[in-house]
Amino acid sequence: MHMADALLSPAVAGTMYVASAAVAGLSVYKLKKEEKLQEEPTFKRLPTMAVMSALVFAGQMINYTIPGTGSSGHICGGLLLTALLGPYAAFLSMICVLLIQCLFFADGGLMALGANIWNMAFYGCFVGYFLIFRPIMKTKLNTKLKLIIASVTGCILTLQMGAFSVVLETSLSGITDLPFKSFVLLMQPIHLAIGLVEGLATSLILVFVHSTSPDLIKGISEKEVKKSSFKITVLVLVLSVAVIGGGFSLLASGNPDGLEWALFGNTEYSESVTNMGLDEEDYGNKSSVADKAEAVQEKTSFLPDYAFASDSENPLGTTVSGILGSLIVAVIAAGVCFAGGFFRKKKLSKTN
Amino acid sequence: MNKAREASSAIRSVEELSKQRSPVHDLSPLSKLFLTMVYIVTVASFNKYDLTGLFAMILLPLIGYALSGIQVTLCFRKLKVILPFILLVGIANPFMDREIMYTVGRLHISFGMVSMLTLMLKGIYSLLASFLLVSSTPVDELCKSLRKIHVPSMIVSLLLLTYRYVSMFLDEVATMSESYALRAPGQKGIAFGTWGTFLGQLIVRSSYKANRNYDSMILRGFKGEFFYCDRRFSGLSWLFILVLSGICIFMRLFNLPVLLGSVFVR
Repeated sequence: MHMADALLSPAVAGTMYVASAAVAGLSVYKLKKEEKLQEEPTFKRLPTMAVMSALVFAGQMINYTIPGTGSSGHICGGLLLTALLGPYAAFLSMICVLLIQCLFFADGGLMALGANIWNMAFYGCFVGYFLIFRPIMKTKLNTKLKLIIASVTGCILTLQMGAFSVVLETSLSGITDLPFKSFVLLMQPIHLAIGLVEGLATSLILVFVHSTSPDLIKGISEKEVKKSSFKITVLVLVLSVAVIGGGFSLLASGNPDGLEWALFGNTEYSESVTNMGLDEEDYGNKSSVADKAEAVQEKTSFLPDYAFASDSENPLGTTVSGILGSLIVAVIAAGVCFAGGFFRKKKLSKTN
Repeated sequence: MNKAREASSAIRSVEELSKQRSPVHDLSPLSKLFLTMVYIVTVASFNKYDLTGLFAMILLPLIGYALSGIQVTLCFRKLKVILPFILLVGIANPFMDREIMYTVGRLHISFGMVSMLTLMLKGIYSLLASFLLVSSTPVDELCKSLRKIHVPSMIVSLLLLTYRYVSMFLDEVATMSESYALRAPGQKGIAFGTWGTFLGQLIVRSSYKANRNYDSMILRGFKGEFFYCDRRFSGLSWLFILVLSGICIFMRLFNLPVLLGSVFVR
């Protein structure tokens, strides 16, 4: 579910960065508040948080056999971390896990980090904990049964939310021509199966931890349960609605590049342009970028003998130059490679 | 190779690359972080049909790799991680957007095919840029630059600590997985019956280990903030930011291959 940078427009990625940064800020604030109440320095929790997040990271390298399928899968760890560290600490830990995955393993892009944090950490740590895990742990069922139900339900639902967010963010970015409905139908069932496996793995790990060190799991003690705050639940819901709603309004007014082009460039979709409240004429005149692009287009209207310049709908004239220019770029790129000694390096390693 | 062992050696190899000396390595980490973001945002902002304009953006990371002495081929192994999902999202484009954009002889190239190629190029370029950043900047310097842009110390310290623990746990998990594989030859993954105990044991042990680590750190004067080596934000870094950001913006606004081609075709 890690999104690459290519799957997001800068506007959507920026919005998700702001949303995730706001939740990270809230988490830091809450942890500092807890520090004052408990008179225990926050940094005392740092090594535990770091060890747990490193453990979840390493745990993702373990493949579990999926019974009856012959394939295997691994845990994501959002809900597991939340059960062990609490939602705020878990959210910060997940940020670190995702950042290391992004930087060292190309698992998710740097620009898409905000979206990945939202999709994989926010739902698991906050929605999963406050709306699923903790309410289930409050019931009077057998603790092991509660852990299994809470983990499986939590993982399935939060992964579904995460997968739906991926679809929403990609569609809002105007990246894919796949219809929204088809994309949803492609993503949700796969993540249902993944969620079930993750939920089962998480529950079995938590049952084991509970049987050996019950104090490690959050939400087990009565005190912890009684402290449940309705305000936080409402805040989480409001934030979810705000981000999803904000994302939709972005589609209506933000005009991300790819989508914009697809709408204006294709006359058969002209009705949907007016439906979205955009005026093609006004938009074209007011946009400075469009003006500059038009100026460049005018400058590059060469090959008059072939009459391509006058025929603005035929991009072949620009194409010939584009291809030639691309070849020049390719030659320069190859030159840079030689200058950089990529091949020389190989020789050196051979001699070594 | 064991998946955990592979991950552990990947981290170590990147760490070793980041310790080399080159003009790129010597630049301020903050300027590299800023420019990587500028580059990725510029690449992502390209129109999905602007294949030629986007193609020229390859020059910037290639120059970076050339100056840093890091082999660009090292990065390509990571493509297997990002390309499948990009393909999943982009594969529909040639089928949904069939309008012909170019005709070369008998070959018809549709808008959808171009947009799929553009999507893949965006993914590859972003990967090239972020790999260059991390392989030319040690993690502690990256953390220092995050502190400079006021990322809370709690997050930065957590990142640094997690990074240090990751290698340790990867080795531990690799040993456990290898031991398990030796006792269950030919089995794909860990059997359902041992799912809980396998990672659960590690969690319980790790928790105690974390507390012991904390005690050791307290004894050595740890008060929540790490001390990072400070690298001055030099004039060269400012120049680097200005010039490369300018080039990024220029290449975004003007189609470089078309401009270059026009010199010869006119």
